[in-house]
Amino acid sequence: MLTPFTESDAISLVKTAARSNLTLEIRGGGTKAGLGRPVETTEILSTSELKGITAYNPAEMVMTAKSGTPLSEVVAVAAEHRQGLAFEPVNYRGIYGSDGEPTIGGTFACNLSGPRRFQAGAARDHLLGLRFVNGLGEVIQAGGRVMKNVTGLDLPKLMAGSHGTLGLMTELTFKVLPLPETSATIVLAGMDEAMATQAMAEALAMPVEVSGAAHLPESCRARFLGGALPGPGTTLLRLEGLGFSVKERATKLVAAFSKVASVSQLNHQQSASLWQEIRDVKPFHADGRERPLWKISTAPSMGHQILSALRLQTGVDGYLDWQGGLLWLRMEAAPEAELVRDLVKQAGGHATLVRAIDEDRAAIPAFQPETPAVAALSGRIREKFDPAGMFNPGRMQNAR
Amino acid sequence: MTETLAFLPPNEKILARRAIIVGDLSDLLGPEGIVSDAAELVPFETDGFIAVRNLPLAVALPRTTAEVSALLKYCARYDIPVVPRGAGTSLSGGAIPQNDAVVIALTRMNRILDVDFANRAAVVQAGVTNLSISEAVSADGFFYAPDPSSQLACTIGGNIGMNSGGAHCLKYGVTTNNLLGVKLVLFDGTVVELGGKYLDAGGLDLLGVVCGSEGQLGIVTEATVRLIAKPEGARPVLFGFATAESAAACVSDVIGSGVIPVAIEFMDKPAIEICEAFAHAGYPMDAGALLIIEVEGSETEMDMMLAGIIEIARRHGVMTVKESQSAMEAAAIWKGRKSAFGATGRIADYICMDGTVPLSELVAVLQGTYDICASHGLRVANVFHAGDGNMHPLILYNINDPDESAHAEAAGNEILKLCVDHGGCLTGEHGVGIEKRDLMRHQYKEADLAQQMRLRAAFDPKWIMNPSKVFPLEGRVA
Repeated sequence: MLTPFTESDAISLVKTAARSNLTLEIRGGGTKAGLGRPVETTEILSTSELKGITAYNPAEMVMTAKSGTPLSEVVAVAAEHRQGLAFEPVNYRGIYGSDGEPTIGGTFACNLSGPRRFQAGAARDHLLGLRFVNGLGEVIQAGGRVMKNVTGLDLPKLMAGSHGTLGLMTELTFKVLPLPETSATIVLAGMDEAMATQAMAEALAMPVEVSGAAHLPESCRARFLGGALPGPGTTLLRLEGLGFSVKERATKLVAAFSKVASVSQLNHQQSASLWQEIRDVKPFHADGRERPLWKISTAPSMGHQILSALRLQTGVDGYLDWQGGLLWLRMEAAPEAELVRDLVKQAGGHATLVRAIDEDRAAIPAFQPETPAVAALSGRIREKFDPAGMFNPGRMQNAR
Repeated sequence: MTETLAFLPPNEKILARRAIIVGDLSDLLGPEGIVSDAAELVPFETDGFIAVRNLPLAVALPRTTAEVSALLKYCARYDIPVVPRGAGTSLSGGAIPQNDAVVIALTRMNRILDVDFANRAAVVQAGVTNLSISEAVSADGFFYAPDPSSQLACTIGGNIGMNSGGAHCLKYGVTTNNLLGVKLVLFDGTVVELGGKYLDAGGLDLLGVVCGSEGQLGIVTEATVRLIAKPEGARPVLFGFATAESAAACVSDVIGSGVIPVAIEFMDKPAIEICEAFAHAGYPMDAGALLIIEVEGSETEMDMMLAGIIEIARRHGVMTVKESQSAMEAAAIWKGRKSAFGATGRIADYICMDGTVPLSELVAVLQGTYDICASHGLRVANVFHAGDGNMHPLILYNINDPDESAHAEAAGNEILKLCVDHGGCLTGEHGVGIEKRDLMRHQYKEADLAQQMRLRAAFDPKWIMNPSKVFPLEGRVA
């Protein structure tokens, strides 16, 4: 394991690796190593010693931290100033049964966002700037530490979600926004998925700023919040903000839906726990059986249709987040990649095979296959950042 | 204004073949789709950055993605430079052509193709104006959030090219945060679709790179944009402060309090005077600085939020607080701010800068701006988006006075360097274009720029898309 302590160390290591034709697996906390195609490299490069918050002025709502800084440290320091990462970074340790500490670099490299995604944006929308070492061993500075910046190409967007395939991030600058003062969740019981999807769309059309909209079918409802949610089938609408706002908006939502469903309400504490469980995919955590797990992003009106279609053809459990546009699926047995991807292709969107046994991970593209033109373009881009294909080769499964 | 803003020298071979090229383009689009008459080309010689003018070789007005694809395929084959154009409102010269370029103007592709409330998305052609999207969905309670000042005229294709912002992006984000997908024609005519009515396009985030790429990575012909439910109400409040320092300190504390208003606009004394004389908005003339803070929500919510903000302002010794009591008063408050550029244009020529700085540097950069302009013997007025540090100094000068023009350009460059030196950037929402191209090396090291240029070359290996813009002409890499 190569462990740089400074950015200069990282540059030397990359240059050495380039000279010796080595390949490098970039590893932060290793908690999401199960995501993407398994990478076989000559060396592992750990960011664990590139750590520490280097700049934070709460009045600017911006923080800078080295890439290996534990996510928990970022969250804790920002919380002291009632700020946080508004995209709700996910914790995949439960999904993979992994231990280790998620890092801020890994968080942005995977561009994974929680339930607030449709309102607050993705991780990539919160990354303002970064420093990274490219495949030539050059330090590249991109973006900045200001909220609005259109100076040149938006490299931070490209680096977010590149899964460490374009370079080694050393330092990141990102938004830290005010944490909501309080929250509440309106619980609608007894709707099927089609009704729930319609209800979520109606709620999102109201001027109440819903910041979470999920539907938990009866098949997995009881595995959330210790079984405390009412069924059959639970639809959830989250409100966040100042106390008086949340109270007023909750009243409006209750009034709007009390005719079509049995309505109850969760307080701030319960709401916080529940949305964390939804974010971290609690019902489908690793249980020793490594059943395949898919994450599907599609149009909000299509999520439940994909789920229904699959139920007719295979053993599957799933639930909807992001107003119905994020569908989590756990297959009973095989990944059924062809079936899933065909349905997603018809519906529009993309399917990521988040968890599978190694054999399936090697055989099935983890990310939705791209059209030849997009794949070719992505390939040309990779060559411009990492000509030798040194970093996490093959993780995103694009032909090189 | 300036001969320093050089374009790439025109390719004489292309100029010599002009008649043939125009003929070929007419074959592709039909004669009514091509503008080649010298007089008819004049409206295309510049954009909102009027200091530079160049007649293009010809202008093509495609109606479909297939036509855009055919045009690009043809131009790539003969290495003819292409300059994409929307409504031509760029403030950085992003749409100004060069003599050997074919302008591809998307203004005839102006249809809204699909409005989908269940999925809160609209699919529009690139030539649709920004405001018309909100107008099309307003009756159903939705809007499209980014609101650049030119929103009546500017097109969504141009907004994507520049990653445009606006006064309300403090809460709702800029174009890139509200864009779900595009149909993009690459330099060689290849059509690709990125994203759609879903979140987080898979694979590398090409959509994120295309947004703000100033027409250099391809031509966007269609866009899928995010629609948001309109707030119940919105209310701006005017705050007059004795000094810029106290106004800026108030901004910091408002943001620190955990309430992010929809907009926080800042005007300094010269701007107050110019706007009040024009709009009669009732701005306090004794104030040294003015903030317009807008909040959204129900009547009760707005009352509660404003009470908190007013209390913070009082702690900073606010002199005047003027709450709008009616829609008319609210409109009057915004009228002054929104007419700032127009009002300034009535009293002098001006160039508008667009640097962004960290919030803690606002006052220092403002003072530096005054010092720089004073040293050049020029007046300056500042109106800007204080909530996100995006400054807009308007440097007043006489465009017919070459000496004063040179001073204005020099002052502008010094101000932008000052922004970078205070941890900021050259441009927050107007784009680099031709205007700030030669300052790029002040913000970026050689390796940083080279990496961006290599990325650009991955999309356009021939460097024929809007080639004179963004990247300094020397030291280009493929």
